[in-house]
Amino acid sequence: MSVAAEDTVTEAPAVEAVPKRAMTLGTGTSLVILAALLVTPVFVKNFVVFQMTMVMIYGIAVLALNILTGGSGQFSLGQSAFYALGAYTSAVLMENANMNYALTLPIAGLVSFGAGYLFGKPALRLSGIYLALATFALAVAMPQLLKLHFLEHWTGGVQGLTVMKPDAPFGLPIGQDKWLYYFTLAISVAIYVGSVNLLRSRSGRALMSIRDNEIAASAMGVDVAQYKTLAFGVSAGITGIAGGLSAIVVAFVAPDSYTINLAIALFLGMVVGGVGWLPGSFVGAAFIIFVPNIAESISKGLSGAVFGVLLFIVIFLVPHGARQVAIVAQQMLGKLKN
Amino acid sequence: MELFTNQVLAGIATGAIYACMALAVVMIYQAIDHLNFAQGEMAMFSTFISWQLMQWGVPYWWSFLLTLAISFAGGILIERLLFKPLAKAPVLTNVAGFIALFAIVNSVAGLTWDFTIKQYPTPFGSSPFLGSQLISTHQVGMIGVTLLMLIGLYLFFQFTRIGLAMRAAAALPESARLVGVNTSWMIALGWGMASAIGAVAGILIAPVVFLEPNMMGGVLVYGFAAAVLGGLSSPLGAVMGGFLVGVFENLAGTYIPGVGNELKLPIALALIITVLVFKPAGLFGRAIVKRV
Repeated sequence: MSVAAEDTVTEAPAVEAVPKRAMTLGTGTSLVILAALLVTPVFVKNFVVFQMTMVMIYGIAVLALNILTGGSGQFSLGQSAFYALGAYTSAVLMENANMNYALTLPIAGLVSFGAGYLFGKPALRLSGIYLALATFALAVAMPQLLKLHFLEHWTGGVQGLTVMKPDAPFGLPIGQDKWLYYFTLAISVAIYVGSVNLLRSRSGRALMSIRDNEIAASAMGVDVAQYKTLAFGVSAGITGIAGGLSAIVVAFVAPDSYTINLAIALFLGMVVGGVGWLPGSFVGAAFIIFVPNIAESISKGLSGAVFGVLLFIVIFLVPHGARQVAIVAQQMLGKLKN
Repeated sequence: MELFTNQVLAGIATGAIYACMALAVVMIYQAIDHLNFAQGEMAMFSTFISWQLMQWGVPYWWSFLLTLAISFAGGILIERLLFKPLAKAPVLTNVAGFIALFAIVNSVAGLTWDFTIKQYPTPFGSSPFLGSQLISTHQVGMIGVTLLMLIGLYLFFQFTRIGLAMRAAAALPESARLVGVNTSWMIALGWGMASAIGAVAGILIAPVVFLEPNMMGGVLVYGFAAAVLGGLSSPLGAVMGGFLVGVFENLAGTYIPGVGNELKLPIALALIITVLVFKPAGLFGRAIVKRV
C-alpha cells in the first residue's frame, strides 16, 4: 500500500470486443420473429399478453444499456434511475396535465436524455469502475429523491401515482392489454431498428472504436468526450422511454419499484443476453421477468439467490450469454442440413 | 454550540463505521483493482452470524471473535472459489460477479433469517458517556473499537513480514513475485481481512440501524463515498474519509434546511460525484500515472 511510481502498460479494454456484424440478427430471422410476435396475442390469455408486453419494455431498457456497454464500453449500474425518471415523467404528465399517453413518451425520453447527458458530463471523466460506482450510488439514492417532500404534490410521495390505462383508439375491437401490446411492439421495433442503424453508422463506429481503444480512437480524430457523453445520454433517453411505457402499461408508479434491484436486474439481463448483441437484450429481458416468478413460487425471497447463481454460471460457462447459445444452435442447424 | 459539538461527536461515531467499510473496500481495491459492491452485504451476513451465535447462547465477545474468524475464512473462500478465476477477465465480468454475490448474499440472509428487523445488543450500553449528554457509551465504544482495529492494522502492515509482503503484492505484483512473495495468497488474505473488517463495521452499526438484510445498503454507499474522498489508493485516506463523511453527513442533516434523513443517500451521491469530478485521486490518494 505504498507508492508505486508508475504502473500498468496499455489498459485492457473494459469489455471484450464484439464484431459489428455479430451484433444483430439476419433479416429473414428478424421478420419471422416479428411475424410470430404479431400473431401470438390472438392465441394467448390476457395475462400472458401483459407479461410479453413487460418483456418488450424491459427489453428496450436492456437494449439501452447494451448500446452503452456493448457499444461504447461504459458501464452503468444506475439504469433504474433513468427508468424511474421516464416512468414518473409519463405518469405526472398524464395525471396532472391530462396529456395523451403516447405524447408523454417522447417527453419522457427527452427528460431522461437530458438527465443522462448531464450525469454523463462529469461521468465521462470516470472510467470503468468509477463510473460503475457513481451510477451505483445514483441507483441507491433514486428512491429517496422520488420521495422528496416538496415534490409530493406531483409525485404522490411514498404512495406513488395511479394512472388510467388507455383504451384502444378509433374504437378498435381489442382489449386494453392487447392494444398496449401492439403499441409497445411498434415502439420496440422502432427503437430496435433505430439502435441497429445507430451502431452501424459513423457514430456507432466511433463508439466502438472508443470501446476497443480509447487512445487510438482519439488519435483517429474521434471526439472521445463528446461521444461518451452522447452514448450515456442516448442510453438514458431510451431507458426513459421504456420507463414511460412501463408507467402506461402497469398504470402505477411508486418510488420503491425503482430500487437498486431493478438496476441489477437490467444489468443481469444484458449479461445473460450477451453484451453487445442487441437481440439478446430481449432474451435477457424474458429471463429477468420469468425467472423471478418461478423462483418466488418455490420460496419467497429466493429470486435474488437464483439471479446471482445464474449470473455466476453465465460468467463462468457462457461468458457471451445468449449470443453464444445462438451461435452454437446455428452451427448445429448447419450440420443437420449437410 | 452544544448542538454543534453533539452533531460532530455523533458524526465521528457513525464516521467510524464508514471508516471500517471504506477500509474494507480499499483493501480489496488495492489487491485486485476492483470495488467490491457486495462488501456491505458480506458485512450484513457476518452480523447475522454473530446474532445467530448469540441466540445459541454464545457470550457477546466470544461471538464477536468467532464471527471475525468465520468472516475471515469466508472472505478467503469467496476469493478462491469465485474471484480468483476472474482475475484476468474484463472489468465488466468482475462487476457482474460482485453484483451476483450481492444478490446471493442478500437473498440467502433473507431466506435464512427472514426480512423482519431484529434488535441487536450492544456491550457498551447506551447511557450517556461520563454523564455528558453529548455522546452515548455505545458511540464511544464504536469509536474505540475502530481505533483499536486501525492501530492493529497499522502495526500489522508496518512491522510484520506478512504485512510487508501484502503491501508489496499490492504495489508491484511482478516484482513481489520475483522476490518470492506468493501474491495470489496475499490477495486471498486481503479478502479475508476486508471481510473481517466489514464484520466489525456490521456488528458495531447493528444496534443503531437494527439488524435486517438491507441494513448495509446506505452504509456501503457512505463507505464508498468515504473511500473515494480519502482516495482509493490510500488506507489512511479511507479512514480519514470515513470520519470526515460521518461528520459532514450529520452537519448537513442539521444545518442545511430541507436535508433531513430523507436526503441522506442523495448527499452521499453528490459527495461521490463532486470528489470524482474535482479530485478523482481523493484527498490522500496518489494520481495514477499510466504509461501508454
